[in-house]
Amino acid sequence: MATAAEVEKLNESRDVRKRWLLSAPALTIIFLAASGPLLIVLIYSFLTPGPYGDVVWKFSTEGWVSVLLERDIFDDTLAFASAHLTIFWRSLKLALMATVATLIFGFPTAYFIATRSERTRDIWLFLITIPFWTNLLIRTFAVLQVIRNEGIVNTALINLGIIDQPIQMLYTDFAIMVGMVYVYLPLMVLPLYASMEKLDFRLVEAGYDLYATRWQVLRRIIFPMVKPGVIAGSILVFIPAIGAYVTPSVLGGGKNMMFANLIELQFGQGRNWPLGAALSITVMAIVMVALLVYVRNTSGSDARHG
Amino acid sequence: MAKRFSIRQQTGFTAIAAACFVLLYLPIVVLVAYAFNDSTSVSEWGGFSLRWFVSAWSNVQVIDASLRSLQIASCAAILATIAATMAALATTRTQAYRGLTFKYAFINQPLMVPEIVTGVALLIFFAQIKVATGYSGLGYLIAAHTAFCIPFAYLPIRARLENMDLTLERAAADLYATPWKAFRRVTLPLLWPGIIAGLMLAFVISLDDVVITEFVKSGGQDTLPTYMLGQIRRGITPEVNAISTVFLLLSVVIVTLFFFLSRKRD
Repeated sequence: MATAAEVEKLNESRDVRKRWLLSAPALTIIFLAASGPLLIVLIYSFLTPGPYGDVVWKFSTEGWVSVLLERDIFDDTLAFASAHLTIFWRSLKLALMATVATLIFGFPTAYFIATRSERTRDIWLFLITIPFWTNLLIRTFAVLQVIRNEGIVNTALINLGIIDQPIQMLYTDFAIMVGMVYVYLPLMVLPLYASMEKLDFRLVEAGYDLYATRWQVLRRIIFPMVKPGVIAGSILVFIPAIGAYVTPSVLGGGKNMMFANLIELQFGQGRNWPLGAALSITVMAIVMVALLVYVRNTSGSDARHG
Repeated sequence: MAKRFSIRQQTGFTAIAAACFVLLYLPIVVLVAYAFNDSTSVSEWGGFSLRWFVSAWSNVQVIDASLRSLQIASCAAILATIAATMAALATTRTQAYRGLTFKYAFINQPLMVPEIVTGVALLIFFAQIKVATGYSGLGYLIAAHTAFCIPFAYLPIRARLENMDLTLERAAADLYATPWKAFRRVTLPLLWPGIIAGLMLAFVISLDDVVITEFVKSGGQDTLPTYMLGQIRRGITPEVNAISTVFLLLSVVIVTLFFFLSRKRD
């Protein structure tokens, strides 16, 4: 005869089995159309490019070699692929600059929202969320229209007599950065706001009582308390920025490529799928490192406060 | 007169915040304004007109792409919401069991991989299947969209479930309701706002996607965003502004609905 404990254990394992069954559709779809194919990318990065795209099933490390190096077609010597290095450097630089810029703009904005009264807070938050849920391509297109040579920024500057000739902003690195700051700003504001909402202003008051200046209060009291939000926001901006495709394609105008455009090129005119696969894995590795930094930082700060 | 000292104030913060709100909306306002511009040139204002809306409306490619977008978004949102609801039921209101953390990580996985990488992965994978089966319909796009919509649909449904009281379901069970009946008559009605919120989020996310669609689509399978990307790359016409305006309006309506739906919960 089964004891009560055994019955309970049986029920529990039946419950767990039911729970696996319930989550099976979601897990299967994600495995088939998101996670699983990533493994195929890894495999493809070690194959030989086919003459008309796709691959030939023959092992080769050439895809990985050509991420950083290029082979001279005459004497087969290897040299650094300067075109690739330029693109990597641009991607990294622009992603970091966009992250810092969104922080500079987003921090005061989140603070402003967090210090509003309970009722108006929701409305300000809503105003930040609307652009976030509207199409990224449309927002990028909106930036394009504002900064092009005949756009309102140049027109206004000319009419004010500050410049005679329009400044070429479109199709430059600057345009890509402005575009990324614009489209990713809500990703910075939202987590910052989440951590500022819980801010204990008694500590701020204590700081002022002890003759701290506003700057000191900001740097020594507020900033340390919202640091998890700063890190979360920075990660949330950096990850899509390093893999950005739409913004550089629309605002960089083909010449100023970033990682994603280089990858696309390998699957299009470049006809080098293994290189494209290797580049994709590289981007993912960068993202994974960023996520690891995030996880380590947040768990560390929890331990300190908790 | 000296202003009262406020401990919440920080020098310049309000000014930067105000600038942010203005800069966030200025480009959108300009974009919408030029949609009503009665001029073929995008650089000068030629008076108010609806001609670009008319021109977009009579453009077969635009209508075709819009319908395809709506079709994919509807299918993907419904499938993703069903899968996400089941997954949420399986991962909430329980003691930790083996594999629970794995499920969380796996469901949220599409959020952590850059879209370009997923796009490339699906391009390779689906190319193989296309060769093997000969099928090249919308199924690939729907599958891809469903996968990346699941984490978005899962979020509000799980939140709703976690805040839900177990006592009503226990009461139903005490009154001899079968588990299925208790679910249908008690849990589901309570969960409904979360499910609708998840459905709308998934719909908007699918509708907005550019990158993954661009890589997965076969020839002649442009969605509205990929069609627009092509147009913008080729040079801009005010017609794209008109399409954007309608698209924006749709998104804003859905987001507003979502906002009020999730606010009622509190």
